[in-house]
Amino acid sequence: MSIVTFTIILILGAYLAGLVGSLTGLGGGVVVIPLLTLVFHVDIRYAIGAALLASIANSSGAASAYIKEGMTNIRLGMFLEIATTVGAVIGALIAVYTPTNTIAILFGAVLLFSAAMTLRKKNQEALTEGSKWSARLKLDNSYPTPNGVVNYKLKNIGGGFSIMTLAGVMSGLLGIGSGALKVLAMDTTMKIPFKVSTTTSNFMIGVTAAASAVVYLQRGYMDPGIAFPVVLGVLGGAFTGAKLLTKINPTTLRWIFCIAITFVALEMIYNGLQHNF
Amino acid sequence: MNQKIEPASLHERDVEKTVGKLLRTGVIIASIVVLAGGTLYLKTYGGLARPDYHIFKGEESSLITFDGIFKGLFTAKPAGIIQFGVLLLILTPIFRILFSLVAFAIERDRLYVCITLIVLSIILASTFGGLNI
Repeated sequence: MSIVTFTIILILGAYLAGLVGSLTGLGGGVVVIPLLTLVFHVDIRYAIGAALLASIANSSGAASAYIKEGMTNIRLGMFLEIATTVGAVIGALIAVYTPTNTIAILFGAVLLFSAAMTLRKKNQEALTEGSKWSARLKLDNSYPTPNGVVNYKLKNIGGGFSIMTLAGVMSGLLGIGSGALKVLAMDTTMKIPFKVSTTTSNFMIGVTAAASAVVYLQRGYMDPGIAFPVVLGVLGGAFTGAKLLTKINPTTLRWIFCIAITFVALEMIYNGLQHNF
Repeated sequence: MNQKIEPASLHERDVEKTVGKLLRTGVIIASIVVLAGGTLYLKTYGGLARPDYHIFKGEESSLITFDGIFKGLFTAKPAGIIQFGVLLLILTPIFRILFSLVAFAIERDRLYVCITLIVLSIILASTFGGLNI
């Protein structure tokens, strides 16, 4: 295969990854890793480098739209980024000592979990009674809904912070945004309405990914020949996905993609167990 | 502690919107640089066979250090230009933190100035902490 052919096919694949990532809410990075390893037989370390870049592009590109709507809780994001960046650096450091097959199996497991999280029942309720720490850290806020502005408060700040650290470690180790774990921390533990938790999670992914990306760049995981088609393709796909989301109801599509992603996750785990990485 | 939360002031919303614009602009600039480098890369090497990506070798030092990437950029090496775009992409969220730091300082929000400084130092420590740069 020549470089031109490889690049063109990879741009199309990355476009699809960005589209699926955006419609399912999983982010383009998660789909890029199986695409590169299972379809293109690229070493998983190059795939992780490219996926991190896709996550940063995705998160930063989408953030401005969400911020404009007033959904993102910037203080909460900033506070929790302490946890995710520490986690991401730890994750990137232990990645060197982790066998690639273990990383592939772990990736499959996180992917399965993420697909399940996408289909879960979402937290719509806004808490009116928050914890002392939530007020002290100025995390209580409000967000717009079709029925007017709703105030919400938070609880279990310590619990949420701990899960965020784990989300950061996974992000640094696997090169993904770990949006699903971030939403678990905010939505289920801190009881934040899901529109706020999803957009704030997206906002944080860029910084979390950047914290480990600097480590991976210096370790030579980022290949220009792979980075270039992946970044452009994923951005294009995410852009189309965002446009489509305003026109169609993605529930059915989400189910189809989540089933597909479950198969991909099992394939990653199987190949990891067979020591194919 | 049952005090009413004040709605975000107009000033604060403006700051938030600027953060959003900053992030989008960073991504757009990075993509343009990556696209330019990529086009040049395909023109120069497009006909060659695909490198052995299934074997991990890591990148040459010209593609993993600030010095190397800048040299590549100024000598118009296709891979160097792409890698410069990659660097811009990674720097975009870091610039966002810097901007938030200034914004919190103007609002005299000491607590969040501290929190932002912690996040910033973690990232800088991982960038300069005894690694290749």
